[in-house]
Amino acid sequence: MGALGKPIILMVAMYVFLKFILPNIPGSAPLPSSLIFLYLLLTAAGIVIFETLSGESKDAFWGPMERFLTGENLGGLQALRYGVLVLFPLLVGWQTYGSTASSDAPPAESRTIHPAPPGEYTGLSNPVPKTPENIMQGKGFYAAFCSPCHGGNFDGKGPAARGYNPPPANFADPTTIAMLQESYLFWRIKKGGVGLPIEGAPWKSAMPRWELELPDEWIWKIIMGEYDGAHQSPRTWE
Amino acid sequence: MSAKRQEIKTIQPALQPVKGHGGWVASLLLAAVWLVLPSIGIAAEGTATGPTEYRDIPYIGSRNLVWIVAQLHLLLAGFVLGVPIFAWLCEVIAWRGGEKRYDKLAKEFTKLLTSAYATTALFGGILLFLLVAFYPKLMNYLTDVFFPSFLLYCMLFLLETATLYLYWYGWDAMQDGRKKTLHVFLGFLLNFFALFIMIVPNAWATFQSSPVVLSEGTALERAWAATWNPTWWPINIHRLIANVVLGGYICGAYAGVRYLSVKSKEDREHYDWMGYVGNFIGVFGLLALPFAGYWLMREIYQYNQQMGITLMGGFLSWLFIIQAMLIGVLFLGSNYYFWLGITYRIPGSEAKYRRAMLMMLVSLLLCLAVWMTPHSLVASIEEAQKMGGAHHPLLGVLGVMSAKMTVSNLMILITFMSFVMYWRAGKQDTAGWAKFGKAVMGAVLVVASLAVIVLGVWGYFVPAIVRINYFSTSQVAIVGFVILTITPLTALLLKSAKTTTEMVWGSMPPRAGYALVLNAVMVILLMTLMGYARSSSRVHWHVYGVMRDTSPYAYSPALGSASLIMAFCTFFFCILVAFIFWVATMGDKYKTTSGTGKGDLPQGIPAMAGGAPGKQRQ
Repeated sequence: MGALGKPIILMVAMYVFLKFILPNIPGSAPLPSSLIFLYLLLTAAGIVIFETLSGESKDAFWGPMERFLTGENLGGLQALRYGVLVLFPLLVGWQTYGSTASSDAPPAESRTIHPAPPGEYTGLSNPVPKTPENIMQGKGFYAAFCSPCHGGNFDGKGPAARGYNPPPANFADPTTIAMLQESYLFWRIKKGGVGLPIEGAPWKSAMPRWELELPDEWIWKIIMGEYDGAHQSPRTWE
Repeated sequence: MSAKRQEIKTIQPALQPVKGHGGWVASLLLAAVWLVLPSIGIAAEGTATGPTEYRDIPYIGSRNLVWIVAQLHLLLAGFVLGVPIFAWLCEVIAWRGGEKRYDKLAKEFTKLLTSAYATTALFGGILLFLLVAFYPKLMNYLTDVFFPSFLLYCMLFLLETATLYLYWYGWDAMQDGRKKTLHVFLGFLLNFFALFIMIVPNAWATFQSSPVVLSEGTALERAWAATWNPTWWPINIHRLIANVVLGGYICGAYAGVRYLSVKSKEDREHYDWMGYVGNFIGVFGLLALPFAGYWLMREIYQYNQQMGITLMGGFLSWLFIIQAMLIGVLFLGSNYYFWLGITYRIPGSEAKYRRAMLMMLVSLLLCLAVWMTPHSLVASIEEAQKMGGAHHPLLGVLGVMSAKMTVSNLMILITFMSFVMYWRAGKQDTAGWAKFGKAVMGAVLVVASLAVIVLGVWGYFVPAIVRINYFSTSQVAIVGFVILTITPLTALLLKSAKTTTEMVWGSMPPRAGYALVLNAVMVILLMTLMGYARSSSRVHWHVYGVMRDTSPYAYSPALGSASLIMAFCTFFFCILVAFIFWVATMGDKYKTTSGTGKGDLPQGIPAMAGGAPGKQRQ
């Protein structure tokens, strides 16, 4: 078990790190099982690659397994072999059953966060001049209409945020509005959750349809205020 | 009922010829085809007053059939257009450097080429018939736009075919002196025509995604405007490099399979070396491919935000996680093959390089982990609640392009260093400046890696346009600088180096052959995946924003069902290639078993499957 010991310890250590240590780092959270599986798969692939780089290491790695499965005069291990040979197919069967049997648990989410906007919104640019007054006005509108959910600090932590799942977007995160063009935000604010396209259903968004309450000019100003307040810039091509 | 009776009456005489010949299977097949024919007519869709716009076939559906045939044609075409590039380069190396084994290798590559060429054309023809039959309205429109380039394409095809036949059948006849120069020139022409054969149809395909339509002007002006559309050159470059990668890895896989099956020491050495060259060519292209892909995606996004988001953030975004996994396996497989080469071909090197290989492997896996981490994670409701949404607060930052570009650049650097390590193994520097040279190279590598990482992190804090136009391009330039600095320095160092351990060809373990096959399968899967991505990014448009798809198939299949077609295309292409290669080498086996050398055969015997006569092995 010498050459097998290290890989087993490494796999266990990796699992412990991903499951129990990483989530407890300040600012972190528990990892979903899909991600843990992905990282463990990479670890296992790395182990197999490294252990088969030479004939000696390959024999040291596979040898014990091969001897266990095919060797003779193993004493008590022989009974264990039959145990493994019986239990392994059962384990695979149980896993297969578990992943295919109908269950009352809700399915895992693979929500598309940024659906493609309708064609009529893709060519739009902000018609409101980017002046300090307009930005300030936009921030005022933001404070009135958006901050209860998206937060006064543009971080998605408004007083009402805790009531929503998924939570409101954090605009200060460089992976949200900084990745998008202003026209995209205009579409999302104007049409809200109910205006999301059917191609990415099922949608979960409590975003109001602001076109019913706000004129377009206000929405454009809010967009300017959001970017300025969150210290982000919209995606442009110039 | 009378119509059915009429059908049966028509079928019965048709079955007469096969009666009594034990051909019941053929009879059933014929009957099935006959019964299906009326449904093809029923499935034809058109307006009451206008011409037919679509036709369909039962069960498989017209869209799926066109998808499969188009994908197979593209894969074959990629191979047929990629292989001549490095076959010709190998011939030039042999011609200028005098190493005959490169000439033999070039010839072997070309042998595979000739046999694949006819199949590619066959699938192209089938595709054309299917498109005309199933999508008459679209084809009518495209013909109207591209008519002049259709003629050009036909002419190019004739020239390419003639050049290929001259190149292949003239190989032995044009071996010496000025004839060899002429043969090399033929190889150049072959690649020249092949380039245009690729970029002309690319214009048709890219026009569908990013059309430029002139309402006025001559046919030539309209065709030229449509050809020079925003994504034409990005895809030309991307496909050119991808074809080299595909060709290299398939040749590598061919060599891998042959290596596993041949018995003689000489053959094992040859196919081991051929596998190495195939893998090297694949890796060489792979280093440049992410940059070309990035440029293509940038152009698509800039051309149309909707298409860009559909691909990168919308419903196709999960596809790029699968892409990352496939590319990851490809990088791992390629590096693994290099490392196996160090261990097995250069005896005694393992102890020296095992630690370095471990470091590279760990770095590669870390980069891969970043590349494969999605922005929005697959999570159950409970898991999502614990994370506070679909984004992980800590790892979520790894899901965007700044992180992906950084790790892809680092993976390219690592793979390049794997090759340099392989190159240096078994040699001892003798140059007086060796220590200084190695220090410079080490410093360049470390500084470059740090610079790539710093730019990647900095990319989160600047506007997207700065990241895309300056930071990402700088990362690419830095990696390019490393490659262009370390390659000549290493070559200079090795020029005066002493060989301590001779390279032993033919000593690789079987798993090296399987790694080569795995790499080829990964590339084929990747191409089928990206074929789906390119086509689906148009969503419900035949020609984006110009001609809407009004057929019942005007929807993008989900990734799960699309992956079935991708897997089928990959499997079928592998079978097809295996068959073509089997046919191509059938002649060699016959000659070997009958004890007749190639050189004993008369010159110029036609051998469409690649079994043309050649000289005896060098």
